[in-house]
Amino acid sequence: MSDNILNVSRRGFLQGIVSTGALVLSVRLIPDLLWAAETSAGSHADHAVLHPSVYVGIDTDGTVYLVAHRSEMGTTSRTSVPLILADELDADWKRVKLEQAIGDPRYGDQDTDGSHSVRDGFVVMREAGATARLMLTRAAAQKWGVPVSECESDLHVIVHRASKRKAGYGELASAAAKLPVPKKEELQFKPKSAWRYMGKGAPSYDLAEICAGKAGYGMDARLEGMVYASVEHPPVLGGKVKSYDEKAPLQVKGVKQTIPIKPFTPPHRFQPLGGVAVIADNTWAAFQGRKKLNVAWDNGANAGYNSDQYKKELQETARKPGKVARNIGDVDAVFAQGGKIMEAEYYIPHLAHATMEPPVALADFRDGKVTIWAPTQSPQAVQSTVAEELGIPKENVICHVPLLGGGFGRKSKPDYAAEAAILSKAVGKPVKVVWSREDDIKFGYYHAVAAMYIKAALDEKGKPTAWLQRSVYPPIGSTFALNTTYGDAGELGLGWTDLPFDIPNHRAENGPAENHVRIGWFRSVANIYHAFAAQSFANELAHASGRDSVEYLLELIGPARIVDVKASAPEYDNYGASTKDYPLDTARMRRVVELAAEKSGWGKRTPGKGSGMGIAVHRSFLTYVATVVEVEVDDKGEVKIPSVHTAVDAGIVVNPEATRAQFEGAAVFGTSIVRSGSITAKNGVIEQSNFNDYPVARINEGPYKTTVHIVDSDAPPAGVGEPGVPPFAPAVCNAIFAATGKRIRELPLSSTANA
Amino acid sequence: MQIKVNGVERSYDGDPKLPLLWYLRDVLGLTGTKYGCGMALCGACTVHQDGKAILSCVTDVSQASGKEITTIEAISKNGLHPVQQKWIEFNVPQCGYCQPGQIMKAISLLKENPKPSDEDIEAGMAGNICRCGTYQRIRAAIKAAAGENA
Ligand code: FES
Ligand code: FES
Repeated sequence: MSDNILNVSRRGFLQGIVSTGALVLSVRLIPDLLWAAETSAGSHADHAVLHPSVYVGIDTDGTVYLVAHRSEMGTTSRTSVPLILADELDADWKRVKLEQAIGDPRYGDQDTDGSHSVRDGFVVMREAGATARLMLTRAAAQKWGVPVSECESDLHVIVHRASKRKAGYGELASAAAKLPVPKKEELQFKPKSAWRYMGKGAPSYDLAEICAGKAGYGMDARLEGMVYASVEHPPVLGGKVKSYDEKAPLQVKGVKQTIPIKPFTPPHRFQPLGGVAVIADNTWAAFQGRKKLNVAWDNGANAGYNSDQYKKELQETARKPGKVARNIGDVDAVFAQGGKIMEAEYYIPHLAHATMEPPVALADFRDGKVTIWAPTQSPQAVQSTVAEELGIPKENVICHVPLLGGGFGRKSKPDYAAEAAILSKAVGKPVKVVWSREDDIKFGYYHAVAAMYIKAALDEKGKPTAWLQRSVYPPIGSTFALNTTYGDAGELGLGWTDLPFDIPNHRAENGPAENHVRIGWFRSVANIYHAFAAQSFANELAHASGRDSVEYLLELIGPARIVDVKASAPEYDNYGASTKDYPLDTARMRRVVELAAEKSGWGKRTPGKGSGMGIAVHRSFLTYVATVVEVEVDDKGEVKIPSVHTAVDAGIVVNPEATRAQFEGAAVFGTSIVRSGSITAKNGVIEQSNFNDYPVARINEGPYKTTVHIVDSDAPPAGVGEPGVPPFAPAVCNAIFAATGKRIRELPLSSTANA
Repeated sequence: MQIKVNGVERSYDGDPKLPLLWYLRDVLGLTGTKYGCGMALCGACTVHQDGKAILSCVTDVSQASGKEITTIEAISKNGLHPVQQKWIEFNVPQCGYCQPGQIMKAISLLKENPKPSDEDIEAGMAGNICRCGTYQRIRAAIKAAAGENA
């Protein structure tokens, strides 16, 4: 990527910028971040000779600049989305230079969340690619004086087959740039058979640099003259500083000053938590200085938050009727008839993202403008949050997006970037705010703690005639609006109101719960607890009826059909996608169940003593996933996972290798949820702090081998980053039941409830 | 005090208790070595001291003085180390943040044990967390690298 430096200096138009200001410093000190060197002067793509769209520019030397407008946090979005454009443009990927977009509304939605980067990119990127290709084709036709219909692209050149003439994209760029940009209706997309990259994929653009230790993460951003900051946050949400020792931290070598940060105005949203920052000339000194702050806190209303008590309250609420989110038939009438009734309760505690790279951001405030390097899933949210905090226009917040050392939803919330901006303004220097691991674990936007209750009436064959399900959890909406206690339609649509079981009487309810910590999106979000409850309960019914788990699950799903969820859950939003393009199709759900069963050797292998297999299926982010997990449980109850088979129908898969990696990773992520994930509070203070008391799965604990089976599909692309997570925990717990006869209704396994 | 990093002898007169990790990252600007926990719990900060993997977050600069420290940036003189090449071949990284530490640990492991079994790999690599969950590819890449060493 150092090539980009040459490109920058070669360009006269950028000379002025290069010789002054922050950009120069970034060029000198963080060459690996130069792909974020776009400034208000525009991107390389903008300044290329032919640039029919903000996402692409083609220069006379044939270089194709593609703008990655989504963040790279390990899902390969930064590569896979531009790859779609490159394919439609028929460009040679080797001649593509990626540049990372700054936050800017002209790129449309830049949020890398909700597993929708490829889904969105499949439309937007193909349009951009087809536009550029058509302009190049028209330019070639004009040059040769032949009809456009006789010309076509062939890997970075346009050819006229009849006369065997060829012209490269670079050669045609200037002429193409003079042509009008075609309208959408004029575009022709390549047929699937002509795809070069989609369906085959490409390794991460940054792979070699990552392995060389040269990739630029947010944590690695440096500017000349910068100082480091570490913030002592209120231990209880909403707490305020009463007093602190300004002098003592200065005794630590390298500490320069302390700066208070004002508490947030409720609701907290993405505002910084407040507290006291210690500024130092290295990260460690800033960490040490905090130990001498001796802050006295006014803890406020959330100091009464105790997880033990709160859990009981959630469970109580789940036993009572809630708000109806979906209704089919009349469950009460069936329950009133008596017969065989089953009921069960499930529980999952708060979870922390624990991205390997904790929250961190570098900000440089000068002359009413601030430039930020933040590993963020939402550079536009950085802009709006920082603008609000500093009282400056959004346009004066330039947010560069280096690589993220993991995101999982944590880095959708830019509180840490706002801290850096506030502190840079206060100090008058570039400031890098570094969260310690302890800060990360203690001050997260946690995955909601949830209690679920399910009740079913069974006919003589063991099939449910009525099914009632209730979930209770502090909703994500509480982060944005005070007194929000019910999940919204979006949250309930994550695997609760869209459960596609073929049951004539069905009701989904949601009960109220107050938040006492910040609640946020966490890889696959509410699907985690919804799938855990529904898929565990389905398996309980299978066993209670003496049926094979796979066979029973298929019967619950019922015949192949399109489920009209809105008919029974009017507010259902289908992940923001149209039900025409992305219907809930039980044929696809059945197929992944059958595929996972077949590939895992379900029913064909006899597991040994202490071993067992479990299955779960779940649709999330418009993708259908069935997972079969095999476990070995030893005498001490220690669980090993020798194999996982996951069948995935995500529609068209642009990058299969990266997709497989996402599902392998989801199995490990899921293992952490099952084994040990638990965040608890005592008197409002989070009790965990680092990987010792918030353990995540290690190499000897994760599945030994996860095999991912991708269903070949022509359906439009759906998500792959998150959908592997939801079915994993219930599949493990169903396997543990098969192995030991012990039913796990509460996670994690390490919880005393399972002792 | 004197400290040799990536073949270059340097003198340092700051806080002797500064962990090597922050000396490398904040003082020298060698950002390939990562911070993950600061408590010897995750392995992200793994570097080599006289050719053996150590955790730089719990090693004071003064303890590293007089030793030869090598970071990911200099693990291979020319091009990529065979272990790094295997990492690329097996497409190991997701976010990649833990990978410099994983690679440094794996190189050290293979040096001590050129033909590690599955158990050896698990025991050797258990100190290195990958939150993205790339473990099975790490195992495969190490095995492949071992094959080449043989
Ligand atoms: S940062 Fe050193 S082991 Fe985690
Ligand atoms: S690749 Fe992301 S933590 Fe290992």
